[in-house]
Amino acid sequence: MEIFEVLQPGAYTTVQDSGRFNYQQFGVPVCGVVDSFAYRVANALVGNFQDQAVLEATIFGPTLKVVNQGLIAVTGGNLTPLINNVALPMWESVAIHPDDVLQFKGVKSGCRAYIAVAGGINVPHVMGSRSTYVAGKIGGINGRPLVAGDRLNKEEGTGVAGNRIPSNLIPAYSNDIKIRVILGPQDDYFSDGMDTFFTSTFKVSTKADRMGYRLEGDAIIHKKGVGKSIISEPSVPGGIQVPPDGQPIILLVEQTVGGYTKIATVISSDIGKVGQAKPGDQIHFQKVEIDKAHHIFKEEEEKIKTIKKLLNK
Amino acid sequence: MYDKPRFLLAGDRGLLVEFGASIDPKINQKVRQIFLSLEKTPIDGVSEIIPTYRSILIFYNPSLSNPERLKQEIVDREKSFNTWEIPPPETIEIPVCYGGNFGPDLAFVAQHNKLTPEEVIQIHTSGTYLIYMLGFTPGFPFLGGLSEKLFTPRLENPRQLVPAGSVGIANNQTGIYPIDSPGGWQLIGKTPIKLYDPTGAPPILLRAGNCLKFKQISKKEFLELASS
Repeated sequence: MEIFEVLQPGAYTTVQDSGRFNYQQFGVPVCGVVDSFAYRVANALVGNFQDQAVLEATIFGPTLKVVNQGLIAVTGGNLTPLINNVALPMWESVAIHPDDVLQFKGVKSGCRAYIAVAGGINVPHVMGSRSTYVAGKIGGINGRPLVAGDRLNKEEGTGVAGNRIPSNLIPAYSNDIKIRVILGPQDDYFSDGMDTFFTSTFKVSTKADRMGYRLEGDAIIHKKGVGKSIISEPSVPGGIQVPPDGQPIILLVEQTVGGYTKIATVISSDIGKVGQAKPGDQIHFQKVEIDKAHHIFKEEEEKIKTIKKLLNK
Repeated sequence: MYDKPRFLLAGDRGLLVEFGASIDPKINQKVRQIFLSLEKTPIDGVSEIIPTYRSILIFYNPSLSNPERLKQEIVDREKSFNTWEIPPPETIEIPVCYGGNFGPDLAFVAQHNKLTPEEVIQIHTSGTYLIYMLGFTPGFPFLGGLSEKLFTPRLENPRQLVPAGSVGIANNQTGIYPIDSPGGWQLIGKTPIKLYDPTGAPPILLRAGNCLKFKQISKKEFLELASS
C-alpha cells in the first residue's frame, strides 16, 4: 500500500535495512543503516520486530506527503520533525493520515534520523536486502537516494500509536563525542602516532558520508621503517585508516577492502555514534580491550531486548 | 608464507587471519583453502568471511563466539589440511574486443613497451591470471600474472567515466571494470560479458581464488554477445 509521496527528498535520504550480507567477498559492501540502535528502536516502536526497511535521512530531512493512513516513529538525530507544521514527538509511535505532511526543519542534534513505518518500506530485495547501495545502483528506489516525485509503499503492519521508550534509554547526541576503539589490525605500524591518536581532538571534515568519515587534526605519523600502506585486505565498518598524510578516516558501511594501515577499529556499539556526528563535530578516541567491547555489545543487545519486551506488552 | 597464521583483531566482530607478508599465489592458495573449508563446514557464530590477497576476515557474533575459539578452530583445521583435497581452481574465459573505441590506450601501451598492438594482444591473451580477490567496486577482480612486457603506468589524468566492461592495465596489474566508474587505468579493450548483474544468478561472475584468461574477439562477435 502506498504510504508517502516525496515532495522534497532532503539532503540525502535512502531506504535502508539491517544490511546486505554474504556478498562482501564479491566486493559488495554491507550497507544498511549507520546507526543500528536508533534503527532497531524505530522498528520496535511501530511493531516491526524483524529487519524491516526504513528511511535514513541525513542533516536535512525529506518532506513527505502521507497517502494512506499508517503509523510512524522517528528516532536518531533530532532533525526537527514536524507533522502539519506541529512538532512531531520523536522516539514514539504516531498515527499518520492522508494529506498529512511530514517535514524536517533542520538539525538540532545528531546527523541521521530514521523514519520507520509499521510494516516497513516495501521495495524489492536485491541480493537479499532492501538497502540502497548507490555506487552499485541497487536496493531502495532504483539504487539511488530519494528524489521529488518518488512514491513509497509499505507492507501490512500491526503496531499501535503512543508507544514510547523510557527516556533514560534515549541516546543523547553531543557534538563532542568519545569513541571507544580496539587497537589494530595495524597498531604495530605506530608508536608516537599512537599517542597522537589518543590525546588529540579530531574534527569531522565535510568529507563524511556512508562510506567513511575523513577527520582533521594532528597528523598521526607512522613508525620509522614501516610502510605507509599495506597489501589490500578486508576492511570492517569502524576501521580507522591512517593514509600517508596522517589524517584518519573512519570507514563506515560502504567499503569492503582497502590498502591503508588501520590504527584501530571503532567498537560496533559506537559506530552509530560516529554516524550521528556531522561536519565540525569533535571526536576523541578511547582504548578498550576486546573483552570490555564484547561486554558492551552484549549490554546493548540486552537493552534492545528490554525495549522490545516493554513494547510487546 | 608465515610458519603459523597471524591473528589480528579487526574490531569486536572481526578476526583477521594473515598467512604471509607478500602477494604470492602460494599464500593465496592457503587463503582459498581456509575459505573453502569455512564455506563447506561453517563455524557456529560466524556470519561472513572475506578472502583477500594474503588474509581472510572472519565476521562473528560476539554473543555466540570469540577470537580465542575461532583461533583454535583455524589452527585445528590447518592440521587436517594435509589429508584434505581442495578442488582445483576453475578458469573462466573472458572475451575481449581489443583496441578502437573499446581500447583507446592500446596504442600507448604498445608504444610504451616497444611492441606492436598485435603483440600486446598476443601477450595479454596468452597469460593465465589468478583472481586474488574482489573489491573496490562490486565484482572488480584484483588479478595476478600480468607479463612484465606489458607493465604501463596509470594515466596522468584519470577519466571521469570508464564504461563497464573496459579492460585495462595499471603498472603491474590488469583488470576489468564491472561498473561505470571514474578510473585511471590504460584501457586496451572491452568485454561484452557482465561481471556484475545484480538480478542475475549469480550476481557476480567471478570468484576469488579462481583463474581467468582473456580471449580476443571481433567487433561483430562483441555486438552479438552484448545483445544476447
